[in-house]
Amino acid sequence: MTQTNHIGKGANRVDGPLKVSGTAHYAGEFNVPNLAYGYVVNSPIAKGKVTRVHAEEVLGLPGVLAVYSHENVPHLAWFDRSYKDLLAPGGSPFRPLHTPDITFNQQPVALVVAETFELARYAAALLRVDYEQEPHETNLGTKRTEGYLPGGGKLGYAPPPPPRGNPEKAWKNATHSIEAEYAHGAQHHNPMELFAATVEWLADDKITVYDKTQGVFNVQRYLTGVFGLSKDNCRVVNQFMGGGFGSGLRPQYSVFMATLAALELKRSVRVTLTRQQMFSIGHRPNTLQLLKLGTNPDGSLAALQHHALHETSLFEDYTENVVNWSGMQYKCDNVKLGYQLAQLDVYSPQDMRAPGAATGNVGIEVAMDEMAYAAGLDPLEFRLRNYAERDQNVDKPFSSKKLRECYHEGAAKFGWDKRPLEPRSMRNGHLLTGWGMAGGVWDAMQMPSRASARLTADGRLLVLSGAGENGAGTYTIMTQIAAETLGLPLEAVTFELGDTDQPQAPLQGGSWTAASVGTAVKNACDALGQKLLKLAQKQKDSPLQGADYDEVEFVNGQLRLRRDPDQAVVLRDVLQASGETEVEADSTALPNMLKQNGYSLHSHNAVFAEVQVDEDLGTVRVTRVVNAVAAGRILNRKTARSQVLGGVVWGLGMALMEETIMDHKFGRYVNHNYAEYHIPVNADMPDIDVLFIHEEDDIVNPLGVKGIGEVGMLGVTAAIANAVFHATGKRVRDLPIMLDKLL
Amino acid sequence: MSQLLTSTPHRGGLPAPVPTGPVRLHINGQTQTLQLAPWTSLLDALREYAHLTGTKKGCDHGQCGACTVLVNGRRINSCLTLAVMHEDDDITTIEGLGTPDHLSPLQQAFVDHDAFQCGYCTPGQICSAQGLLNECRAHSEAEIKELMSGNLCRCGAYTGILNAVKEVVDKQ
Ligand code: FES
Ligand code: FES
Repeated sequence: MTQTNHIGKGANRVDGPLKVSGTAHYAGEFNVPNLAYGYVVNSPIAKGKVTRVHAEEVLGLPGVLAVYSHENVPHLAWFDRSYKDLLAPGGSPFRPLHTPDITFNQQPVALVVAETFELARYAAALLRVDYEQEPHETNLGTKRTEGYLPGGGKLGYAPPPPPRGNPEKAWKNATHSIEAEYAHGAQHHNPMELFAATVEWLADDKITVYDKTQGVFNVQRYLTGVFGLSKDNCRVVNQFMGGGFGSGLRPQYSVFMATLAALELKRSVRVTLTRQQMFSIGHRPNTLQLLKLGTNPDGSLAALQHHALHETSLFEDYTENVVNWSGMQYKCDNVKLGYQLAQLDVYSPQDMRAPGAATGNVGIEVAMDEMAYAAGLDPLEFRLRNYAERDQNVDKPFSSKKLRECYHEGAAKFGWDKRPLEPRSMRNGHLLTGWGMAGGVWDAMQMPSRASARLTADGRLLVLSGAGENGAGTYTIMTQIAAETLGLPLEAVTFELGDTDQPQAPLQGGSWTAASVGTAVKNACDALGQKLLKLAQKQKDSPLQGADYDEVEFVNGQLRLRRDPDQAVVLRDVLQASGETEVEADSTALPNMLKQNGYSLHSHNAVFAEVQVDEDLGTVRVTRVVNAVAAGRILNRKTARSQVLGGVVWGLGMALMEETIMDHKFGRYVNHNYAEYHIPVNADMPDIDVLFIHEEDDIVNPLGVKGIGEVGMLGVTAAIANAVFHATGKRVRDLPIMLDKLL
Repeated sequence: MSQLLTSTPHRGGLPAPVPTGPVRLHINGQTQTLQLAPWTSLLDALREYAHLTGTKKGCDHGQCGACTVLVNGRRINSCLTLAVMHEDDDITTIEGLGTPDHLSPLQQAFVDHDAFQCGYCTPGQICSAQGLLNECRAHSEAEIKELMSGNLCRCGAYTGILNAVKEVVDKQ
C-alpha cells in the first residue's frame, strides 16, 4: 500500500491551522520597529488640477511627520518604462503624486504620515487641497461611435481573430435570428483584506516590503524601477493574501506611497487603504456587447457575431479577451468578432476573476439561450447540436475537451430532462421557478516558473518558489506534489512561497499557478530525486546498482526498483550513509511549446441553475446550482471544490447584485463601500453541487492540470439570467438583475 | 470651462489631537495596559497596539464582520466601538480561542470543511460562530445561514462555513 500518493486526494489545507487561529500574517500585520503610518488623500473631482496642497497647516500638528504630494515628491524615474509592471497595458502607467493633473475621481493626491494611524487619518481629514475642476466624461453610452481597437495589449491579450465566412449575409439569410445588446456596469474585486504595504526600512536604500500583491517579483520590478533600488536591497514578501481576484496583479499605489515615505523618512512606514479607496485601484470595466446569431433549419448556427466595447482610462489601453471565446465555443462557419475600447475619465480597469471571459460569457451564453428559444429548441439540445470539436479561431484540435460530459453529467445531476421549455410554466403560488443553463471556456496556461527543493538528514523536505497564496490552496497542492514526487508523508514537507529571495514564480493569476509552479516543483523534486539515486548507488551493495531514474520510484519514504519493490533503500538512510547533511536541487519549468503548438488548450464547464422569482416583489433567489467542470487533473478535490464553490458565489453576485454605480454628474462611484456594493452573504447560498469530470491531458503540462479558479465562475451568471427568463418570461439584458427590472 | 474649488481655511488653527492615556484591557485572559487615545477603536487597539492581528479589518465601518470579537461572550464588530469603553470587559479574540497546535472544535471544523480560502474573513467568521453558539439561537441550517450573514466572505466559502458551524452546533 502506498501512503504517499497525495495528488487528487482531498487533504486539508496545510496552512489551515494558521488561518483559523489568526496566526497567518497579512501585509498590514507585520510589527516592525519604529513604524510610522501613512494615510492617503484622494481627489473628489474626476478631472482637472490640484492647485494647492496646504500641507503646512497639518504639519504643525504634533506627531505629523510629513505630507507628500506632487508639490514635494522628489525626482523619481523619468521614463514610462520604469513604471511598467509585468501586466501593464499599452500607454503610460499612472504615476502617483507625479503631476497636479487629475485624470480620475478618487485619484490619490497626497499622503499624510504620522506617528500613529489615528493621527495620520485625522491630519488627512484636515488637509486642505484646492482644485481647478474641468468637465469630465464617464458615461460609456456617449462613446458608442468612438471605440477603437487597441494597438498592443497586455500580457495574454489576443486581438479578435479575423472574420470567417460571410457572417452578415448568413445572418440575414438565417431561418431564425436574434440581435440583442447586453450590458453591465463596473464591478470591483473587493477582496476582504484591505490593500496595505508595510515597508521596513533597514538602511539607506535598503528595505523589506510586505505588500498585498499577487506577484512579489512584479512589485520588486516596479519598486526597483521607480525608486532606483537594487534588487538585493528591495526584498518583497507576501506569504498570505486576503483575496486578490486580480486586484493585486499590478502594484498598487499603497506600496508606492509606503516605499516613498520610508525612503524619505528613513524609517518604516505602513500604508493601508480604506475600503472606499479600494474603489480607485481598478475594476472590471463597464461593457456593452452586441450579439447577432442566426440558425439553419436543422438548428445549427448559421451566423455568430459578437462585438464588445468597454471603457478604459485616458492613459492606458486596458485590454481583456471578451469576444474571442465565442468563436471557439460553438461550431460556426460564419463568424465576426469585434472588440473596441473607449476612453473615459476613469482609472484603468484591471483584470478581475475570469477577465474578459466572465463578460463575454454572459453575452454569448444569454444570446444562445435567446437563440434556442427563437429556434424552438431546448437550450442544452441547441448547444449539443453546435458542439465545437475543433477550435475554429485557430483551426486546431483541443488538447482535450470534455464539455459534452459536463453537459450530460451536469444535466443528469440537475434533472434537466424534466424541464418544460415554456417560460412561466413552473409556478407555486406567487413564486415562479425557472431553470437555466450555460457553459464556459477558459485558457489552460503555463508560465515559466522556478523552484528549489532541499532534503535534510532528518528526512524533511523544504521546497521553495516565490509564488502566491491568495486562497487558491497553493501551499497545499505544492506540498502534495512535492511529497508524492519524493514519496514522503505531507508532514515531512514544507513548502514556502511569496518571497523575492526564493526562485522566481509567475504572477498568481490566470488559473496558471497549479500548472506553472506545480511543474517547477515537480521538476525540482525530480532533480533532487536523481541526486538521491546517485548517492544511493554509491553505497556498497546498493540494491539499486545500475538502475536509471525511470526505473526507480519514491514511495513511503523509500527509494525502490519499480519492477522489484523489495529492492529498496530508506531515503533518510541514503543521506545519513552518504555523510551529506543535505541535498539540494533546483529547476526551471517552461511550457513544452513543441508539444503544445498543434493544439488549443482550454478548460470547460457547464452550469445548471434554478431560481425562484417572487412575481409580486420581483425578488430573485437562486435555489440550486450544479457546476460540472472539466479542467484536467484535479490536484486536491477539497480545495478545488472550494474554488468552484467560490466561483458560483461570484457568478451569483455578478448576476444579481454587483455593480459599482457611477454618478456621471460627479464622475464618481456612489456605492464605494461594502454596505452598498452588494456581494452574496451566507443567507443567499443555494444548494451547490460541484462535479469534476474526469479528463486526462498530457499535452497541457506534465501534471495534466488546467487550473480551476476562473473556469468555475463561468456560465454561472448566464445560467442564472437564463433561469430568470425561464421563470418569468422576461429577458433582462443589463446586469445585475435587480427587482426593478422584473416588475 | 474650468471651475475653482478652493477650500475654506480652518478658523483659529487646527484642533489639537486628543492626548493618550493608559487603558486597561482584559484580552484572552490577560490584562494589558495600553497607551491609547480615546478615539482608538477596539479593532485598532488590538491590531496596532496589542499586536493581536488575528482580528481583521475589512471595512472599518461595521459592514463586513471581519473584525468580530467576543466581548463578555457576545459577538461585536470591534471597529464600531472604542477601546476605552471596554476597560472592565472580558475580550476574546481568535487568538484566545485556540492555537495552531490546539485548535478549538470550531477552528478544527473550519479546517475539516475547508470553510475558507484566503482566510482573511475567517477569524471573524469563527468568533461570530462562537458567539452564535453562545446565543443558542441557531438550530436549523436556515437559521445558521441567516445568523452568520453579518460576516462577508469574498472568497465565497459559505457552504463550508455552514457545514463547519452545523457540525459543532449539532454536537452541542
Ligand atoms: S472591519 Fe468591522 S465590520 Fe468590517
Ligand atoms: S476566506 Fe477569503 S474572504 Fe472568506
